[in-house]
Amino acid sequence: MWVRIYAVLRKELKQLSRDKMTFGMVIMIPLVQLLLFGYAINTDARHIPTGLVNLSHSSESRALISDLEASQSIDFQQQYSDIHSAQQAIVKGEVRAVLYLPRDFGSRLVQHPNYYSGQKAATQAFTRPVGQWLVDGSDTVITSTIKALQNMPLQSVGNRKVEQAVTSFAVVPFFNPEQRTVVNIVPGLVAVILTMTMILFTSAAIVREREQGNMEFLINTPIRSIELMVGKIIPYVLVGLLQVGIILGIGHWVFSVPLRGGLSSLLLAALLFIFASLTLGLVISTLAKTQLQAMQMTIFILLPSILLSGFMFPYEAMPSLAQWIAECLPATHFMRMIRAIVLRDAMLAELLKDSIWLIAFTLCGLFIASRRFRKKLG
Amino acid sequence: MSQLAIEAKGLSKQFGQQIAVNQLDLSIPKGCIYGFLGPNGCGKSTSIRLLTGLLEATSGEVRILGEPLKGNEESLKRRLGYMTQKFSLYDTLSVKENLQFVASIYGFTGQRARQRIDELLSLYDLTAQSKQYAGSMSGGQKQRLALACATLHSPELLFLDEPTSAVDPENRREFWERLFDLSAAGTSILVSTHYMDEAERCHALAILEKGHKRADGSPQDLMAQLPASVIELSGNALREVKQRLIQHSSVLSAAQVGAYLRVLVKDNQPAPIDFIQRLCPDHQVALTRPNLEDVFVVSTGGRHVG
Repeated sequence: MWVRIYAVLRKELKQLSRDKMTFGMVIMIPLVQLLLFGYAINTDARHIPTGLVNLSHSSESRALISDLEASQSIDFQQQYSDIHSAQQAIVKGEVRAVLYLPRDFGSRLVQHPNYYSGQKAATQAFTRPVGQWLVDGSDTVITSTIKALQNMPLQSVGNRKVEQAVTSFAVVPFFNPEQRTVVNIVPGLVAVILTMTMILFTSAAIVREREQGNMEFLINTPIRSIELMVGKIIPYVLVGLLQVGIILGIGHWVFSVPLRGGLSSLLLAALLFIFASLTLGLVISTLAKTQLQAMQMTIFILLPSILLSGFMFPYEAMPSLAQWIAECLPATHFMRMIRAIVLRDAMLAELLKDSIWLIAFTLCGLFIASRRFRKKLG
Repeated sequence: MSQLAIEAKGLSKQFGQQIAVNQLDLSIPKGCIYGFLGPNGCGKSTSIRLLTGLLEATSGEVRILGEPLKGNEESLKRRLGYMTQKFSLYDTLSVKENLQFVASIYGFTGQRARQRIDELLSLYDLTAQSKQYAGSMSGGQKQRLALACATLHSPELLFLDEPTSAVDPENRREFWERLFDLSAAGTSILVSTHYMDEAERCHALAILEKGHKRADGSPQDLMAQLPASVIELSGNALREVKQRLIQHSSVLSAAQVGAYLRVLVKDNQPAPIDFIQRLCPDHQVALTRPNLEDVFVVSTGGRHVG
């Protein structure tokens, strides 16, 4: 039995090392995607292209505009003479938001409570907003960035000293004090990339045997299906671990993502997830007849794994139906585990629920795959 | 019973509505080369897959090497060899690596594996190519490698599914010499083909059409017992004469071979020469010896040739 598993394993490694394209992808997929996502994905919107309709032309309005630009979240790129042409510009997509400052901006400003320090607030009855924001509300990230400006202090516009406001709550961000998105993205990327490569490689590797006619020969030899499966899977377990190393290593050196958790917990969690993904690949391989079909099914799994697993959007924000679907995906569980281990120094024992789920998933997958595989032999 | 390599009774395979193999009976003695002759899609490959246990039969019984196939598929696999229609080894492995892989699958290790591989490399004339990738070899070399892999474990019974379809005539000759070597060493061989000249080399053969066995026997017997006469006709306007002849119900087929028209006349005409001469008074007519193609045409009712 071991001789045959070893024979399949050795053959698979040789084929993998000679398939320059696949071998390249093993390294390049995590490398390129990490650098790309690490730099590109940022949930803080900055430099939003913004238009301006300034009917006030006062020194206060210019002071307000430079204050807003100093925040770096918006970039005044266009001036419009009236509100109508500004709206057109939003429709055309020239700008994402427009600030409208009315003719009576000056008188509105002096009546506004934010213009004074709290105690000297003017009578509320006369206060009106000093201006209006028109926002392309289709993008919620941009809308919320603009909304954050709603209660902006206005003291500095009149060259007054800004008084330190006392907030209702103090917020202490643990684990990521600088609030860098990349800290959350890098561990999540491990789950996404492993989902993609592990499912795709195993399913394609097995379907290829069938597609190229090797399976017909193999079935007529004394090799058993379990020996073939195990022999084909082991090289990809190593590939998966290599990719975990690449992503977390580069995440650490290039993006200074902390690696707080213990290596053994990390290794064990990664192995659990790799096995779960590989068995999913096996199940796909018993369904797909061509490598193209295997690829399509992988994408079918991959998209929800990216969108629902908590990689892009917080799991808690999803409606309960989506949460149920997400719970079925191994990526969701691994996403929780690896973020907990890498960022919050959790032990695997504290993540028992997710670990058990991954093990159960693997066993179920193996059971289904071996049953379906047997059928094909018969 | 033990003298038979393959014995099948009422073997049938149905895919949905389509019957691929219909009530096939076979008894193939040990040590002979037995051929399946038939057009594409006649059930040759399906029959071979049924006999190797690769497919499960819808009905019927099969005994391979004296043992019932059902229930013994796995143990019989060590005694069977199978060379698939399509090249089924690994293109990105070298000749030697392919052999090593197959050797390990059959449980050959260490010295025993090395010895057997060297033996096969020299036997199949592949020593010079042993480091070459299988994918970059010629059709003939690939086929020799496939045969080497299929016979690595010295099977008692070897199945070959259209082994020479991708090979030039010279390599085909050589390949058949190797088959006779294997046969002389005691291996029983079942080979499917759609080449008449290959079928003629077999000790015995079955003609398959649409899943039915139409004829069975040695090529010589089949030719001698042909229930029709073969007449060669020469002269002018052969295409037009052919159209005229095949209208007649006693003419099974008429096919042009060079300057001749080869006409098959049913045995219900007691004097076939006179019969044809009457139809074509201006042409030379002569009786000739039947060949295997004639047997094929007669057993398939002339539906595939001419």
